[in-house]
Amino acid sequence: MWFFNSPEIVYGAGALSYLEELEGRRAFIVTDPTIARLGFPEKVQLRLEKAGIESTVFAEVEPEPSLETVRRGAQAMAAFAPDWIIGLGGGSSMDAAKAMWILYERPDIAPDAISPLERLGLRKKARLICIPTTAGTGSEVTWAIVLTDRAEGRKLGLGTREVVPDLAIVDPEFTMHLPREITAATGMDVLTHAVEGFSSTWANDFTDGLCLQATRMVFEYLPRATARGAEDPEAREKMANAAAIAGLGFGNSMAALAHAMGHSAGALFHIHHGRVVGLFLPYTIEYTANGDVGRYRDLARVLDLPAADERTAAMSLARAVRDLARRLGEPLSLQEAGVSRQAFEDNLDRLCDFAEADPTIVTARRVPTRDELARLFQYAYRGLPVDF
Amino acid sequence: MAYRFPSEEWTKALKDVINQSQAYREAAKTWEGDFFFIIEPDDTTALTEPVVLYMDLWHGECRDAYVVTDPDAHKKPEFTISAPYAVWKAVVTGQLDPIKGMMTRQLKLQGNLMKIMRSVKAANELVRCCTMVPTEFPDAQ
Repeated sequence: MWFFNSPEIVYGAGALSYLEELEGRRAFIVTDPTIARLGFPEKVQLRLEKAGIESTVFAEVEPEPSLETVRRGAQAMAAFAPDWIIGLGGGSSMDAAKAMWILYERPDIAPDAISPLERLGLRKKARLICIPTTAGTGSEVTWAIVLTDRAEGRKLGLGTREVVPDLAIVDPEFTMHLPREITAATGMDVLTHAVEGFSSTWANDFTDGLCLQATRMVFEYLPRATARGAEDPEAREKMANAAAIAGLGFGNSMAALAHAMGHSAGALFHIHHGRVVGLFLPYTIEYTANGDVGRYRDLARVLDLPAADERTAAMSLARAVRDLARRLGEPLSLQEAGVSRQAFEDNLDRLCDFAEADPTIVTARRVPTRDELARLFQYAYRGLPVDF
Repeated sequence: MAYRFPSEEWTKALKDVINQSQAYREAAKTWEGDFFFIIEPDDTTALTEPVVLYMDLWHGECRDAYVVTDPDAHKKPEFTISAPYAVWKAVVTGQLDPIKGMMTRQLKLQGNLMKIMRSVKAANELVRCCTMVPTEFPDAQ
């Protein structure tokens, strides 16, 4: 028994104008200071105004949003009493909007107690819209919420299926002018979602096709979107769509080892989420394939890579991921990502602790022992192909 | 020799498997917490009333494991997981991921899920230990 959850998705050029058809009274927009400076909230507010909806903006979400920010936003939300919540931004803003919405609806629960086991009874006060401004996290279609517990210095992976947005608006207008580096890093996030969504132990009939399609789209359009930016609107639109498609894929199956390692290294060394999970992806493909338990053949086939058998497919896929990262200017090792040897060695134990405690580790087809995990981090630090 | 599930013998056999598992010892080395596992009767088995198994898991070791005859008189454990027999059978045979089981509410958890989610690897190894116990299921007779 399992589920497939999805919001209503409005996508393509002009998708934002769908807001003009919205029915409601008040909308609370959750975003970050950069997005606010770019004037994106005003674009949203203009459409809401045409729908007769009063709105306000909370633009205080920081990268890797904290529990404290979420609590503060929920208080502001309660004072404004909206019937629509809008998460506008990258994964941080959308995840923060989801968590604030839960606390707005259910002020009696602690944010770190948000779990799929609780029946929260949301949607009594408001409904949720997510509008991504990067083509990466897929948070606009998933029920995952990643927050940071500053006191413990680690990321909290929370979630409940009730928090899947009611509406996702995937309008390429918002990603058209993303900087090159962000385009590349967030694109690697899409790829990692697609590959791990297909190869995790929770992969299923409903998500396989989505993950394969998203993988194909990333290899075709990410280099173009990164190299040409707004001069290639087709590539921009396709990557925005690919992010949501991969989000539906892994959001209804699960991520795996590259995410466990990436969450850990990202938290300790403050490396961009997409960049760091993409960095680990080829290492984890090789490691999984070396245990003869991989599921990469169809992924290689869809990319027209050598796929005579599972092992050949995995190795050709790992090579293709590294080639793509190299073309995009993304780091291929932790060393290239700027982590000093001293910092790496000082944190190796914590890297393993955090990765072992990450829920995505158990949906890997090959779960490493503690020693293997430490070796994987060491190989990824130095950029060595995994031979064990 | 196969042990009937759920029974005192099966529970003791599981305790032995856990305590011989290097993988569990490593994965659960920081775990502290005890459980009631409640197996509820359903239409697939001859169980007429719930069977309650108690397990005390501590730093990679199973310190105690037995069938509880009077749950009300027993000290309340940190976690209680309850489900019908058929669901437990799927877990014990490795066909149902227990985390997935809890997320779909097939397995009902009382206790802090986040603590379990921080030790998912240990939970996985515990299930692997279950699958290694030679087991006889009453509904298979």
